[in-house]
Order: sequence, then C-alpha cells, then structure tokens
Amino acid sequence: MRESFSEIAWSVAGGVCQPKPCVCPESRSTPPLPAFPLSPSTLIEIDHVTFGYDSSRTILQDVSLRFAQGKVTSILGGSGCGKTTLLRLIGGVHAANSGRVVFDGQVVDVHNQPALYKLRRRLGMLFQFGALFTDLSVFDNVAFPLREMTDLPEPLIHDIVLMKLNAVGLRGAAQLRIAEVSGGMARRIALARAIALDPELIMYDEPFAGLDLISMGVTAKLIRTLNDITGATSLVVSHDVPQCMAISDHVVLMAPQGRIVAQGTPAELMASADPEVRQFVRGEPDGPVKFHYPARPMAEDYGLGAAA
Amino acid sequence: MLNFLQTLGARTLAVLQGWGHAAIFFVGLLRVLPQSLRRFKLVVDQVYAIGNRSLVIILASGLAVGFVLALQMYYALVAYGAAESLGLVVNLSLVRELGPVVTALLFAGRAGTSLTAEIGLMKAGEQLAAMELMAIDPRARVLAPRFIGGVIAMPLLAILFSAIGILGAWVVAVGLIGIDAGNFWSIQQNKVDIWRDVGNGVVKSAVFGVVCTFVALYQGYETQATPEGVAYATTRTVVVSSLAVLAMDFILTALMFSTP
Repeated sequence: MRESFSEIAWSVAGGVCQPKPCVCPESRSTPPLPAFPLSPSTLIEIDHVTFGYDSSRTILQDVSLRFAQGKVTSILGGSGCGKTTLLRLIGGVHAANSGRVVFDGQVVDVHNQPALYKLRRRLGMLFQFGALFTDLSVFDNVAFPLREMTDLPEPLIHDIVLMKLNAVGLRGAAQLRIAEVSGGMARRIALARAIALDPELIMYDEPFAGLDLISMGVTAKLIRTLNDITGATSLVVSHDVPQCMAISDHVVLMAPQGRIVAQGTPAELMASADPEVRQFVRGEPDGPVKFHYPARPMAEDYGLGAAA
Repeated sequence: MLNFLQTLGARTLAVLQGWGHAAIFFVGLLRVLPQSLRRFKLVVDQVYAIGNRSLVIILASGLAVGFVLALQMYYALVAYGAAESLGLVVNLSLVRELGPVVTALLFAGRAGTSLTAEIGLMKAGEQLAAMELMAIDPRARVLAPRFIGGVIAMPLLAILFSAIGILGAWVVAVGLIGIDAGNFWSIQQNKVDIWRDVGNGVVKSAVFGVVCTFVALYQGYETQATPEGVAYATTRTVVVSSLAVLAMDFILTALMFSTP
C-alpha cells in the first residue's frame, strides 16, 4: 500500500510538480557554477576537502569521496567525525576551506547564490532534529516547499501532502500543531517534508534517531522504496548499523576528521577483518576506537600521583 | 603605550567591522523587500502580530503619560497664568516627542524582543538553515515581512499613543482641574499644524520603526544558536534600539524643529 502511494506521489509530481522558474534578478547575469566533468555514475564528488568551523578545529581533513547516482549510500561513524558537516558542505551551507564539492558536474560555490539555489532545488534534507517550522501545522510544514517552490494549485498540494504524510504514517496527524507531536513523529514529518518535492538527492541526517522499532523499520523501508521508485540518490548519515546495512547499496565508515576507514557494500564491510571496522559494526567497547576522550592519567586527576 | 594603542585599534576595527556587517545586512534586507511586498498576506500577518499584540501596553502607557503630563504641565503653566494653554502643550509634547519616542521604547521592549527571540530560536532550531536548503531565502521569507510589518505598525501605534494620551490629558484637565473643554480643544485646533507637528511626528515614528525592527531582526539573525546567545541577543535588542532611538530623536528633532 505504501509503495503504491509513493508511486502515485511520484507520477503526480513528475507530471505537474515542476519548480518555479528562478525569479532572482541576479540569475540572468550571474555565471553558472563552474563545470567539473564526472563519470556518468557519479552524482557527487568530494575532492580533497578540508573544513573547520574555526581555524582551531579541523572537522574534515583532506577528504575525498564519490557518491553514485541512484544508490543509497550510508555514512557511518562515531559522533563528531564530520558526517553531518559533510552533508552541509554538499548542500552549500558552508564553504570548504580547501578542495571542492562537485554536484552533478558543477562545483558547489556558496558565494554564487542564484546558482546555489538552483542546485538546492534538486535536493532535500532531513535534519538531525527535524527543523520543523513551529508556527505551522503538520500539514503546512509538509506543504511549505510545495507552496514556496511550485505553482501547484492548492487542491493538488493538499493531495500530495496527504500522500507524503500517509507514507510516513501520519496522515491522521495532519492538522496537529508541531508542539503537539512527539519527537519521533516530528522526525517522520520532517522526512515527509524532505521528500515533498521528490528531489534528485535526498540527504538524511540521523533518520532513525528517536524512533521506536516499528517506525524505524518503516522509515528504513521508505528510504529504500523512495530511492528505487524515484531513482533518487540517497545519502544516509546514521549510527544505526543494522538499519543502514539493510537498506544501503554502499557504506562508508568515517573516523574523526573525516578519515575514511573503509567503504564498500554492506556485505563487504560486515565481512571485513579490519579491527576498526569490526569494532564499529559490532559495537565493541574495546578496539582501536577509544571510548574515552583523551585525558591525563586518572591518578593525576585524583591527586594520587603527588601523594605517591 | 603600545598595548593601549593595539587594544584601541583592535576595538575600533571590531566596531567598524560590526557596523559594516550590519550595513551590508541592511542593504541585503532592502533588496529582498519587493519579494515580500508581492506576498502581502505575510506582511499583514506581521502587522497583526507586531502591532495588534502591542496595543494594550501602548494604550495603557499613552493614557498614563497623558494623565501625568496634564498634571505636571498644569503646575508649571498655572504659575505663569497660562493654564489655558495646557491642551496645546500636552498635544505638542505628545505628537512631536513623547508619542514617537515612548512608543519606540515600548516597541523595542515588547515587539523587538519578541522578534529577536523568535528569529533566534528559529536559527537555533535550524529552521532558517532548513529554508536555505530548500532554496528559500530566509531573509525574504522570514525577515522582510517582519521588517515591513514593524515599519507599518510603529507609526500607527505612535498615533494611537498620542491620541489616547491627549484623551487622558483631557480627563485630567477638564474633569479634575476644571479647564474649559472648548478652550482645551480649540487651542489645539488653532496652533497644531497637521504637517509640521503631526506629520513630522509620524515621520519620526516611521524612522524609529525602521531602526527598532532592523535591530531586532539583525540581533536575532546573527545570534549564537544557543539559549545564552538568544538571551544575550534579546537584551542587546532593547539596549541598542533604545540608544539608537534616543540618538535618532535628537538628530530628527534638530532637523525638523530647528526653527520656531
């Protein structure tokens, strides 16, 4: 049933849901983003990217990655290793300190706003904490990109929104205010909003966090189904190894500063003999990845060293 | 000495950098205003949110100021046998100065802090980032309607403040002190110039509307996305708006009323 709804949503969207033409006056005179040819199967290339929010802290150090078109790629890694930052760089929220991000053959340039907005119309993002508009209802949140970005008539927007909400199991919650929904529901609403325009690239930042087991399973299946039906490319940033392994075509394991520990198919990673990969996919406390933040010897902190 | 000069230079540069940043932000906001005017419903919603919800405090304050102004002016004027001019003095004080200035100060405290907190929390909740990633400019969708709404609401509130203040003064002057009601109104009709006095007061309040609303939006948009950051930004909104209004009031008064 869910798949058929997604199919209907896609056929409706594919037929009518064309983005509004860019009306920015600058768009006529501004040069397009510089071209950067990629192989046909690659949608995004991260090319020797280094980034830090300030000069004292480097989040990503010389990271190079490629994401294939039409595939579900999961980026796994510990907290603070730069997974979310990587998504933000792809969306042009931040500019890389060095290196470049290439989206479908165009270098993402945060200083070229018209070209950047044109590029962003092709992507959707599920934020880590939902980022729902708290002054709007559930329905209006999902309708927001449709109303802002298309010229669709209101009855059609109504139908599309209900389809998207039905896909995440929240059609009945359409009229609730955001303050009235739980954290898990908020994430599902955010997911419905992210896919409202059926974007070519959907970036999911922790889509499974805060969901119960049923919602988690449904959401994982929805990500996979959407990808298969719409032909979109999906990037999933998550800590949830089982769900990511179940739905992904390709998995990237990241370590602090964006170091790529391993990448490959889920089966390849699960079979890997690399101790770091094994520790992460099995959630083992001991191994190359330290649980504790670097610290002085415990005796020094408790003042035992001086006494001894 | 060298340290002192270095510190002074660094602070001066930081201040200039801040002003420059605010100026660029202001120009950016002006550039997206036409987009908001095309969707006027968003502006109307903001005029309601900013203006209508400030009505109670504005009207209550206007009434109280009118009461007190009539009493104080009467004590001063009666000493010179000019108590019959009470209506005129109260009127000019309100429409030229107190109406625009007190309304702006109250606006900064009521609507300005509300705008800063709202925008700051939208930023903290990544709502503005979400809009950006949807290829929707948050300045055009969120800031511009609020800016226009504030600029429209402020003169309306100032007019209401002055009107209710004059009514309050009438209650005290005619009802309590016993000044002739006809005299109270007729001296105002004869001496108050609709363009020079009332018009300039409205222009003043429109300028204060630009200043207060811009400061509130800027502080909210540039806040650090943390609870402490939002709290600091709301405080700064009140402080910066109030000082800017007082400074602008002096400049505008000098320009508008330099000749008798």
